[in-house]
Amino acid sequence: MTKSNYNINDAGFYGEFGGAFIPEMLQKNVTELLDNYLKIMSDPEFKTELRTLLTDYAGRPSPLYYASRLSAQYQANIYLKREDLNHTGSHKINNALGQILLAERLGKKRIIAETGAGQHGVATATVCALKGLECVVYMGETDVKRQAPNVARMRMLGAKVVPVTSGNRTLKDATNEAIRDWIGHPEDTHYIIGSVVGPHPYPDLVARFQSVISEEMQEQLLSKTGRSYPDAVIACVGGGSNAAGAFYHFIDNPDVKLYGAEGAGKGIDTPETAATMAVGSSGILHGSKILLMQDKYGQITEPYSISAGLDYPGVGPLHSHLHATGRATYLSVTDEQALQAALQITRLEGIIPALESAHALAALNMIPLRKEMNVVVNLSGRGDKDMDTYTHYFGFDNEQN
Amino acid sequence: MNRIDNLFQTKKNNILSIYFTAGFPNLNDTEEILLQLQNAGVDMVEVGMPFSDPMADGVVIQDSSHQALLNGMNLDILFDQLIKIKKEIRIPIILMGYFNPVFKYGVNNFCKKCVSAGVSGVIIPDLPLEVYLDEYAALFDQHELYYIPLVTPQTPDQRIAKLGMKSKGFIYMVSTASITGSRPNLENNHDYFLRVRKILPETPLMIGFGIQDSNSFATANKYANGGIIGTAFIRTLKEASMKTDYKEILSHKIDAFIQSIRGN
Ligand SMILES: Cc1ncc(COP(=O)(O)O)c(C=O)c1O
Repeated sequence: MTKSNYNINDAGFYGEFGGAFIPEMLQKNVTELLDNYLKIMSDPEFKTELRTLLTDYAGRPSPLYYASRLSAQYQANIYLKREDLNHTGSHKINNALGQILLAERLGKKRIIAETGAGQHGVATATVCALKGLECVVYMGETDVKRQAPNVARMRMLGAKVVPVTSGNRTLKDATNEAIRDWIGHPEDTHYIIGSVVGPHPYPDLVARFQSVISEEMQEQLLSKTGRSYPDAVIACVGGGSNAAGAFYHFIDNPDVKLYGAEGAGKGIDTPETAATMAVGSSGILHGSKILLMQDKYGQITEPYSISAGLDYPGVGPLHSHLHATGRATYLSVTDEQALQAALQITRLEGIIPALESAHALAALNMIPLRKEMNVVVNLSGRGDKDMDTYTHYFGFDNEQN
Repeated sequence: MNRIDNLFQTKKNNILSIYFTAGFPNLNDTEEILLQLQNAGVDMVEVGMPFSDPMADGVVIQDSSHQALLNGMNLDILFDQLIKIKKEIRIPIILMGYFNPVFKYGVNNFCKKCVSAGVSGVIIPDLPLEVYLDEYAALFDQHELYYIPLVTPQTPDQRIAKLGMKSKGFIYMVSTASITGSRPNLENNHDYFLRVRKILPETPLMIGFGIQDSNSFATANKYANGGIIGTAFIRTLKEASMKTDYKEILSHKIDAFIQSIRGN
């Protein structure tokens, strides 16, 4: 096998992006993880336990669904990878299950996590309940309000949810607070990062746990289309974990077009956006060199997206590299476009998507499509948590609608 | 000679270093605070370069950084302020902050500006030794700018030795596993302090994090060449800034704070 140009090198870099820009206070925790993750993940016992949990507990494989009415609408063969049908309602469970088994083998007793939409927080609280481990989830106060059902779920699962009041009180600030917690707990705590961000080895580790998405797609496509790869894959990008998982096994296949959909908020020509690829530049945040939104003096710009899971001022190093090399194309999807796409798929297919995933669906309007093309949209999560937003925007609390 | 070396060669103990965030409480307080600290007999000053996302700091330094940025502080303004008082400053000045603003400024440009502003060293917690050595050590050396590393109670012996060998000036011993602003009992970590001293018998050591009064400063002096105070000093500045006669009392408040630490 030839070595991929898009893989991580020994120092933890994807091209110029990645690395581990961490203070000495985190060296022990991160080094411990780095020295052990590949060994643990390749252990047959670990693999069997993870495989069993993914199947019997999370409900994998997630279906690959041929969306016929959506296909007719867009004049192409559209398949939906149904991560929304996973236990806890999104792709986040793939990573949480993998990392909890890792944490167990590292002898950790306490789990911390950050969350934006609350999906990663719920997934983490779930696996902690499953394993009987203490769980603390940091969540920006703004998100605590806009994703209230997920806060209640985490608390019912036994997690402590800590509202974070610094910055814009969203995902970036929750991540800062989780890192501060980890600095204060160098021995007993594992930090389950929810996306392909953070210091090496996290981006690689999380991408590997999410790679099950494209691994399954290969078999499913083979049986449905007679070919083990699609013409295009579309996924939304917050930090980039569901996209990393959906791209993973196709990255070295130039016949597969890769599209990431970012949260453009009110538009990339306004300050209220989270479309890092469109407005960002190279910098260091949360332990790695990535593309991020910053001002002239390197202060991080507060992002904005209606979708809490995309409301992050950076993208992980893998995506930064895929963007810099032109291997993947990143599209900016506004709040409005995402909301309309959410309504469209709900009415055409009877599937209410997460707001994050709705950004990927909206990208169908922005890419060249042809009738014979097979396109997979990664439906990263379901829309239950976003019902308040949908209800207010479309007026479902009004009898006329 | 680099002023940091000069300091540790002429003074072996009771070395007091004060951290404050540039641009806090007000944008243009930097010069006065620096000069007053020097007058009050402080041996070294760490000037904080504020960052929007200070991941290793507690609430007090977070808030001061936030306020400083609201006040309009940035690296160009800070260098201008330092250049203005350069002639009056005799003690070593260290810039402390996170890597992204330095990276964005351009590390080469940053080093040049440090030289012209009389800066002797930098503490950048999220620029780890390995990246520093690979990419920036030559540049720092060329500008005689010292990279001051941190060690913590969790740092293994070998790594402590390496950090000591590869860096210059002194080593910043983080007293305990925590962010800034914690209040640990320093004596609980005496094994760690002694371990570092044993591995690096000749290297100047300064203890920081959790030093807030004359007692904790005395403990720092017992196990190291001196101590670094940040949060407690920023709290003093903040309290002073809330008074209506802030401008008049600032220098007195700084004096009184330093005296309370020195215990005289
Ligand atoms: C359903 C869903 N999709 C996507 C995301 C964005 O994360 P990532 O880019 O890591 O997949 C989130 C994050 O909360 C989410 O809940």
